Amino acid sequence: MLTLSRWKIIVVTLSLIFGLVFTLPNLLPQKTLDALPGWVPHQKLNLGLDLQGGSYLLYEVDTDALRAERLTNMVEDVRTTLRNERIEFGELGEAGGIVRVRITDPGKVDQAVSLLRRTIGGPLVGVVGGRDTTVANKGDGRLELSFVPEAAKADAAQAVEQSIETIRRRIDSLGTKEPTITRQGSNRIVIQAAGESDPARLQAVVGQTAKLTFQMVDETVTQEDMIAGRIPPGVVVIPGTQPGAPPIPVAKRALVTGEDLVTANQEFDGQSGQAVVAFRFGGSGARKFGDATTRNVGKRFAIVLDGKYISDPRINQPLPGGSGIITGNFTPESAAELALLLRSGALPAKLNLEEQRTVGAELGADAVKAGGISTLVAFITIVVFMLLSYGLLFGGISVIALVINGMMIVAAMSITQATLTLPGIAGLILTLAVAVDANVLIYERMRDEARAGRSPIMAADAGFSRAMSTIIDANVTTLVAAGIMFAFGAGPVRGFAWTLSIGVFTSVFTAVLVSQLLIGWWFRAARPKKLPI
Amino acid sequence: MAWPLIKLLPQKTNFHFVKYARVMALISAALVVASMVGVFKPGLNMGIDFKGGSVMEVSTAPRAVDLAKVRTTLQAQGLGDVQVQEFGSADRALVRFQTPAGGDAGATLANVKSALKQSLGDPVQFINPTAVGPKVSGELFRSGIIALALAIGLMFLYIWFRFEPQFGLGAVAGLLHDLILTFGFIVLFKIEFSLNTVAALLTVIGYSMNDTVVVFDRLRENLRKYKKMPLGEVIDLSINETLSRTIITGVTAVMALAGLAVFGGEALLGFSVVMIFGIVVGTYSSIYVGAPIILLWGVKRGDEEATPIKLGAASRP
Repeated sequence: MLTLSRWKIIVVTLSLIFGLVFTLPNLLPQKTLDALPGWVPHQKLNLGLDLQGGSYLLYEVDTDALRAERLTNMVEDVRTTLRNERIEFGELGEAGGIVRVRITDPGKVDQAVSLLRRTIGGPLVGVVGGRDTTVANKGDGRLELSFVPEAAKADAAQAVEQSIETIRRRIDSLGTKEPTITRQGSNRIVIQAAGESDPARLQAVVGQTAKLTFQMVDETVTQEDMIAGRIPPGVVVIPGTQPGAPPIPVAKRALVTGEDLVTANQEFDGQSGQAVVAFRFGGSGARKFGDATTRNVGKRFAIVLDGKYISDPRINQPLPGGSGIITGNFTPESAAELALLLRSGALPAKLNLEEQRTVGAELGADAVKAGGISTLVAFITIVVFMLLSYGLLFGGISVIALVINGMMIVAAMSITQATLTLPGIAGLILTLAVAVDANVLIYERMRDEARAGRSPIMAADAGFSRAMSTIIDANVTTLVAAGIMFAFGAGPVRGFAWTLSIGVFTSVFTAVLVSQLLIGWWFRAARPKKLPI
Repeated sequence: MAWPLIKLLPQKTNFHFVKYARVMALISAALVVASMVGVFKPGLNMGIDFKGGSVMEVSTAPRAVDLAKVRTTLQAQGLGDVQVQEFGSADRALVRFQTPAGGDAGATLANVKSALKQSLGDPVQFINPTAVGPKVSGELFRSGIIALALAIGLMFLYIWFRFEPQFGLGAVAGLLHDLILTFGFIVLFKIEFSLNTVAALLTVIGYSMNDTVVVFDRLRENLRKYKKMPLGEVIDLSINETLSRTIITGVTAVMALAGLAVFGGEALLGFSVVMIFGIVVGTYSSIYVGAPIILLWGVKRGDEEATPIKLGAASRP
């Protein structure tokens, strides 16, 4: 075991170089580091939000709302489709996730079924030719439409993807320091903004769905009808964004939606000097908008944002160009924000903020300082204790192994860009403490063997080989604990687990190989008669 | 060697650990029961990670914080379980509250902030606001418990695989003992039970196992070496042989973590204290919980059948 084979020397030397080279960027000042050529590693330890300060926001896509909206749309789609084909129907409505309709003309039931099968819903993601909606004929002209079970999952996944894209666009135009946006699980989005200790602006642009629609105001519904709750089908009463604005009845079906917008900008109205949002539709949106305004001159329509109307102007003349302005008591800032949201598109569903963590930069700096001091104290304690227990030589060897170990951990953490969190520092300290355990096991074993009357070289050799299985067993258990923390832990706990796992590998390596090499060299040089431990 | 070698422990110890096993078992059992009762009543001091809700610091520097006003403002918001306390200095307050059922944690926090801004007037600052929704806190709690259970289960499997079932049982009994006592410690000192605490508990499990494995490893070796020696004596011998290692490693770990407890600041105090306690208990349990269980169950040696030994009979020197 104590033979100094060439491969051992090579492996130890290589890992020593590796440790040095990749630890160095953490020790050099930023200026020196920037001046170095590109092939020198530049990666530093990746400090977690709790150490450098920043915000963590976890949003969940409101899948229930998404579902409800899709069902409402389905009802309207069924209504328009059947009307356009002049198929008479009644009892159209939605309950418990199922849209029901009754075709009154028995001769047209089959035609209705095939028509609805073709037109309602959309293609199912991942299934060629599959559709996400089923149409069932329940007899007596009663039809039931519902989404297939896979549709909900596909919808949520798609909503998350779209949301991430939209959020990225919105944040990009904010121009703040780039936050990371990641998907978590099936319906969650995590936004991490380093150095941002007040995420209010971030929340303002992320938390709004910004779904813009133009809906006709139903002027046949009177104030009395609304109070009495006599609302015709296909009409809905919505509140205004301004406090004190009266609720108005509008058609459920939108004329045009914000999806067709090509630009939106904050401008000032030439006449009143008020801040407004100028918008322009493109392509089919412009045509739809032009047609609708031509057909409905003299009538009122509502500009609706997230279920509340901003204004309900009367159409004075057709607007074939597809552009217009939105007025509505804006300040230049709020108009600019709305324009930004409209430009970057609506979120497919409402996002609920489920978790928010914020750490001020000051607290982060304090944590780094505290972590640094504790690590130093722990290191000195271990060094003193090992020297006292095993003497300058063997204790010193374990200290050298410990220093190399620490260096390799820092190097590995820098390369993998694993996040170092405050509990991670604790993990590091514990790793250093337990790392000497491998040395302790080996040395204790050597003492035992020497006491049993073996020659120094034999005792040292047996110390390494016999302690090995114990060291492996002991470290596998730590690794198992760390693995579980990584699988089930969140944020800071994962950082801790990661540090612990890296530490297990490096400490076994250094305690076994590095100290073996050092002791081997010493034996060759000193040829001792007695084991000095 | 000129260096004065300080031997912290005598080279060879010969303590009769097994002799006191019965007394220690009683003490351990009593502490385990007390801890289990404690976890239910008064119960764990759940942090917002697991309970949900919000916590933040409110600063009105240079003015002193009007705590009463903060409290009435929060109560007017219709939030459950509001806590307001001075934090560090007179111009800072720590505010905690629950998110109402069905509410959006982030939106509630935003509402509270704007209400406080109105009632306290400028300047007011909100420092380190944190909110955890009920869904997320529920999941975090569940995954924390699953992690703890899984850790114990996997340790058992590993020991079973590496040693014999009796060893596995002894190891798991030791683990549960350490875990439950650490829970008792957390309850006793009202340490906040949070994600970090779970990390500390998992580390305690890892350490306790590590310690037990070292003793068991020696035990297995000695069982092969001294086939005729009574089990109780083999256990005593193995514990004595590994004692200096157990103590050196335990003391280094505790001292290193003590540095963390003293200099790590408020955020890490609970975390490091829990680990220190766990390491002490873990060391004790590998001597007094793990090994005596093996004694109770007996163990297969060579080709003989497993022969359980009565605890009383093992106490002869």
